[in-house]
Amino acid sequence: MKFWRLPLDSEVHSIPVGRVQIIENRCKGCGFCIEFCPNACLKESKRFNAKGYHPPELIFQAEDCVNCGLCSLICPEFAIFTELQEAKKITEDDIRKVTTRYSRKDKRFAKR
Amino acid sequence: MKRRLRELQPFDKEAEERAIELGHGLHPDDKYLKPGRIPHIWCPGCGLGVVLTCFIGALRQKQFGVDECAVVSGIGCTGRVAGYLDMDTYHTTHGRAIPFATGLALAKPDTHVAVFSGDGDLFAIGGNHLIHAARRNVNLKVICVNNFNFGMTGGQAGPTTPLDAKTSTTPLGNAEPGFNLPYLAHASGAIYVARWTTFHPRQLVHSIGESFDRTGFTFIEVIAPCPTGYGRPNKLGSGLEEMRYYRDMSEIRYGADPADAEIKLRGKILVGTFEAADRPDFMETYRTQVIARAQAGGKGKGRAA
Amino acid sequence: MADKQVLTGEHFVHGDAACAEGGIAVGCRFFAGYPITPATEVAERMARRLPQVGGVYIQMEDEIASMAAILGASWGGLKSMTSTSGPGFSLMMENIGLGMMTETPCVVVNVQRAGPSTGLPTLVGQADVMQARWGSHGDYGCIALAPSSPQECFDLTVHAFNLAEIYRQPVFVMSDEVVGHTTEKVVIPPREKLEVVERIRPHQAQSEYLPFDSKGPMPAPMATAGDGYHVHVTGLTHDERGYPVITDVVQERNVRHLVDKIRRNARQIIRVEGVHLDDAEVVVVAYGCTARVARQAVEDMRTRGHRAGLLRLITLWPFPSHLIRELAPRVKAFIVPEINYGQMVYEVERTAQGKAEVVLMGLMGGAIHTPREIEDAIGDYL
Repeated sequence: MKFWRLPLDSEVHSIPVGRVQIIENRCKGCGFCIEFCPNACLKESKRFNAKGYHPPELIFQAEDCVNCGLCSLICPEFAIFTELQEAKKITEDDIRKVTTRYSRKDKRFAKR
Repeated sequence: MKRRLRELQPFDKEAEERAIELGHGLHPDDKYLKPGRIPHIWCPGCGLGVVLTCFIGALRQKQFGVDECAVVSGIGCTGRVAGYLDMDTYHTTHGRAIPFATGLALAKPDTHVAVFSGDGDLFAIGGNHLIHAARRNVNLKVICVNNFNFGMTGGQAGPTTPLDAKTSTTPLGNAEPGFNLPYLAHASGAIYVARWTTFHPRQLVHSIGESFDRTGFTFIEVIAPCPTGYGRPNKLGSGLEEMRYYRDMSEIRYGADPADAEIKLRGKILVGTFEAADRPDFMETYRTQVIARAQAGGKGKGRAA
Repeated sequence: MADKQVLTGEHFVHGDAACAEGGIAVGCRFFAGYPITPATEVAERMARRLPQVGGVYIQMEDEIASMAAILGASWGGLKSMTSTSGPGFSLMMENIGLGMMTETPCVVVNVQRAGPSTGLPTLVGQADVMQARWGSHGDYGCIALAPSSPQECFDLTVHAFNLAEIYRQPVFVMSDEVVGHTTEKVVIPPREKLEVVERIRPHQAQSEYLPFDSKGPMPAPMATAGDGYHVHVTGLTHDERGYPVITDVVQERNVRHLVDKIRRNARQIIRVEGVHLDDAEVVVVAYGCTARVARQAVEDMRTRGHRAGLLRLITLWPFPSHLIRELAPRVKAFIVPEINYGQMVYEVERTAQGKAEVVLMGLMGGAIHTPREIEDAIGDYL
């Protein structure tokens, strides 16, 4: 799939950029957020929290968080949530990124 | 007789409050939770926390104030839900959440009374109460978390345990088939019947919201992983692996016939909203017929003793 | 329009109807029940009368549900009651325990019939009195009242509701088939003469309020659903805030509060009627329908010049131990006629501490004593 130009209504839309907040000591390491984050923003950390579990941490492309809030909804422990950082304007760069993403060339999506 | 008792240790309110301040308020959902009650008692990988989060999500979506709602729950892992929510919550006896909630809902008809309980509580010991409340169409929002076993007591077979499934009381395989809960709720007269799994939190939030919009007996079954009690003996893996199983094996079919919604061990899970009907609830009928007649001095008029 | 709540005036009704009228007069607005002989008439009366005063009558699927529903309605802010007989009372025990643990005011009318099990469904018994005290598992304080006439069915139901609100717990009205089905004159007083205790509600800020405070001898005020106090009500051992705490320390506080709130206030709660007790040599201890027979026997003995007396128990629980203790050294015997094989007689024997003879006149049920039988028993000790 390839976009040959910016969508005509790109002016009225924006890309939400989220900030993931993790309350590490509440985590029980079930892995739901890591597995089901649609943008694969999370991975298991090497650290231990106070309970002895490995809490999630952000992976390198953390700006991929679009503040969808699924991690917060699927977390059984009230240990993770997202906040809206900014509503970014859509640029051609974003289009390119999205195109790559959903063409499944992105390595992180191989497991799906 | 003389009594020799231990000295009582008084309740230290200040110490309790200091302990609460430590972790409360870090998460935006904390304002719906009783201070000092998190972490909850549920195992890692348990789906109950997800259902609780979704319930809070629905309250948020409907913009309900916490004083407009009350939650009643029975006994078991799901029974503990009530204790975490910062509203009027009632943790009753085993199986009796629905009759208790019936009394509460009839006494406070403007309050949204939700019943949060497990499959064992609602369909084994409390099965009779559930079918009658559905028949009467009492205004209750029943959320039944189904993990296919009695989790709190250590994974015994329950009314939803599928045929052949292993539990600590069916070590050689279950000889009984499990209940098809949506079918039973539908047949008993529930006006809204849906089923989701913990893999469908968005749909679940929406469904709970829809049930709040209706006046009458609504029933939502949520399939949730129980890695400790049910997953382990049946080799379903961790909570995460059970979630993957829900992802791979659930089929969303809105308006499906609930008769087809039976769940077999490692089988397909039909999810969706199966039933969304309307009929007057108990309180409306009671008001418009019984109370109106009595106060009009009609047939219900009592002789002066 | 005539007052539908308090039907002031003289009525010719049976005890069950009087119980229902007592409930409505004192403000009961929720009744959940299940038909059972000989208590059905209470439910029937409620089904007709509650809608007239804007209350709710609901017939539940069983007695377990009825009891649970009245607890729910009580937390919803309504005064609530149910009625039943022995088999239903057994089913209610589970949620009576919940009511005790969660300190929920409500009233249970038990029109006793003869048991065990189905027993004699249509005939009298008094064998549930110990079940009322000890029926649910665990320790708790108990208040049980025993009417012995339709008039008392009215008065004691009113009183039971008041005690339930003051002490925040289920209160039992232990009627029996004979009292329930006796039709007599019942005088309902004008509304302003009726003593009515309304629910004691909290006024402090939410952060200051402890819904299950156990410091004082009295229970805390009760915040009901929608009052904004966000009370967590649980059958688990809970601390003063209502949070479940599974420790021996909190259990000690929790249970002792439940028992002590009745024990410490027992003298205020206890009601008895004494007839010719001042100089009595033989005292008949009786309650319910049996007390009516006993009164006749005692009066007959008096007219014949014998010093007989009657101690009629109005509160079965708490038991008036102090009165028996006072009487024991100066009487020859306590005669305890009851329609069971010995229940309250054990309390009399225990508190008499061997200082007077204690005689059980047991009937297994289905019949009541005759005055002659009781007179003969008294005569043995004169």
